[in-house]
Amino acid sequence: MSAAPLVELRQVSKRFARPLDLAERMARSLGATVSERVVHAVDRIDLTVFPREVVGLVGESGCGKSTLGRLVVGLYEPSDGVVLLRGVDRGSLGREERRRAQLRAQMIFQDPFASLNPRLKVREIVGEAPRVHRLVARRDLDRRLDDLLRRVGLDPSYKTRYPHQFSGGQRQRVGIARALAVEPEFIVCDEPVAALDVSIQAQVINLFVRLREELDLAYLFISHDLGVVEHIADRILIMYLGRIVESAPTEELFRQPNHPYTQALLAEVPRLDRRRRSFAPVKGEIPSPLDPPPGCHFHPRCPHAMDRCRREAPALREIAPGRLSACHLNERG
Amino acid sequence: MSAGPSEPLLVVEGLRTHFFTRLGVVRAVDGVSFTVGRREVLGIVGESGSGKSVTGFSILGLVDPPGRIVGGRILFEGEDLTRLPEGRLRALRGERIAMIFQDPMMTLNPVLRIETQMAEAIRAHHPDVTTTEARELARDGLARVGIPAAEERLSAYPHQFSGGMRQRVAIAIALLNRPSLLIADEPTTALDVTIQAQILHEVRKLCAESGTALIWITHDLAVVGGLADRVAVMYAGRIVEQGPVDAVLDHPLHPYARGLIGSVPSRNRRGVPLQQIPGMTPSPLKLPVGCSFRTRCTRADDRCLVMPELEPLPARHLVRCFHPYLEVVS
Repeated sequence: MSAAPLVELRQVSKRFARPLDLAERMARSLGATVSERVVHAVDRIDLTVFPREVVGLVGESGCGKSTLGRLVVGLYEPSDGVVLLRGVDRGSLGREERRRAQLRAQMIFQDPFASLNPRLKVREIVGEAPRVHRLVARRDLDRRLDDLLRRVGLDPSYKTRYPHQFSGGQRQRVGIARALAVEPEFIVCDEPVAALDVSIQAQVINLFVRLREELDLAYLFISHDLGVVEHIADRILIMYLGRIVESAPTEELFRQPNHPYTQALLAEVPRLDRRRRSFAPVKGEIPSPLDPPPGCHFHPRCPHAMDRCRREAPALREIAPGRLSACHLNERG
Repeated sequence: MSAGPSEPLLVVEGLRTHFFTRLGVVRAVDGVSFTVGRREVLGIVGESGSGKSVTGFSILGLVDPPGRIVGGRILFEGEDLTRLPEGRLRALRGERIAMIFQDPMMTLNPVLRIETQMAEAIRAHHPDVTTTEARELARDGLARVGIPAAEERLSAYPHQFSGGMRQRVAIAIALLNRPSLLIADEPTTALDVTIQAQILHEVRKLCAESGTALIWITHDLAVVGGLADRVAVMYAGRIVEQGPVDAVLDHPLHPYARGLIGSVPSRNRRGVPLQQIPGMTPSPLKLPVGCSFRTRCTRADDRCLVMPELEPLPARHLVRCFHPYLEVVS
């Protein structure tokens, strides 16, 4: 794609530290070696999203995918690295400029029960942001609300209702309407269908696809469900313990996964067309991000691990046009 | 009185479990019938509120007020569980029939060591087993479900395990007494893909080794496809389709089952909208008259104002519909 990226992350890291408690501080002042426990939730990640592109971000719990999503929309500040919005460093923007820039990137959350204020009516939930940011004249607000609700498949008369009067799927639609209300060009969708029943999930995925076409949106679509991402994404990033291990166009990733972790994920996702199949699942647990293994984070579970993998973290390198993978195996032969 | 080897292990007939709430009667399970053979794996699939979990809880007599079994029979090895006194049911639970839950902390007591909980499960049913023997059985049980360093882990508390490991402990406890039936209520739903694959693999292997029949309750059609011999699809408290797993997943006959299977993303071509079932699950307090799926069904007509029966078709395939997709089979 030739257009400038909407969002670009360059070597972005996010670390969370738990401050020492009183006992630990006392122990340290007495000479004990006690240090803060630091989680490298996101570890030197590069990411670009182009206009109208849907990037799928796949990983298991604790891999840092939600943290990455929050870094992208500006809910978290990176510990290292820069976030560029349409080529401009977000950190260099003034307060007002930054507010404007951030409106262009919105977020939709997993839990449609926790992400809507139960005390507000839909009218307030969806209408608050455009009103506060003065994106719409007061007298036009009602008409705007009706349009938004219709766009996400809700009856405009629902705007006087409270969240508890809706089902999970409808609440997720309210969350989508709220994100659309400020006319973003980019939406980070953090597991937006994971909490929904299968038949409702299909309705909401179809809505995402339709909205993207109608409004020229780009998505960063975060999910643990490869089937969902396969359906919606143009390009997929696979994340493991804070790092991106593989990036590829969707069809190529499914046709020929390169990284051993991607291969394991693809082999182990239950699929409707696989029946009573016996296989040897990848061994071991997902290591704690507090204490990740040295070298390649996947090496303790990897069937191909060599000495080098235990010592040295592989860089994310281009293995074919448009395809990146972080695995030492690609450098042999 | 025990059933012969040719008879099914479990026969559920016309099971009705209702909840008498302030707002009205919720017919969570309303006339459910199925059988499970020895060593057989039955998948029960449904969305939230379909009654799949209540069906599992009813078998074990674990339905709490305001819920109550109001009709039907549950014959397990020839005995009707709905008529058994609580003491006899207690003796069966954990010994002949075991259950694992979505949240393993429903099985585990957070303030007891794993060893204590496992020994308790053994000695509750076999008081003659000594403490040392119980410890050995517990250790072997943990090793069987793939917990490394089983000996040391015996003295750990549940919070010292990860979610996947806790579920393994719950499975180890469920299988300690080699039950003839294990009921699994969404035990892998909260787990990551690679951990889910490990658990599915272990459970299937262990049940095959110990000859345990399995009822796997889930919303995930793909999991059932990989695990079950037969599958029952539930909607609004009733089974709408039941049959061998290949028949149901490849040629679903009921419009709901067909819609559900069609809406799974991996079944659809990229770039083409997913098949979707219109509308949403009706409130259990206000089910439509006749077929409960009628209001969301494209095939519904006046006949559907009467509830259809679960009709048997060839090859053990049953469907509750006046307008099944029969043409697809031929």
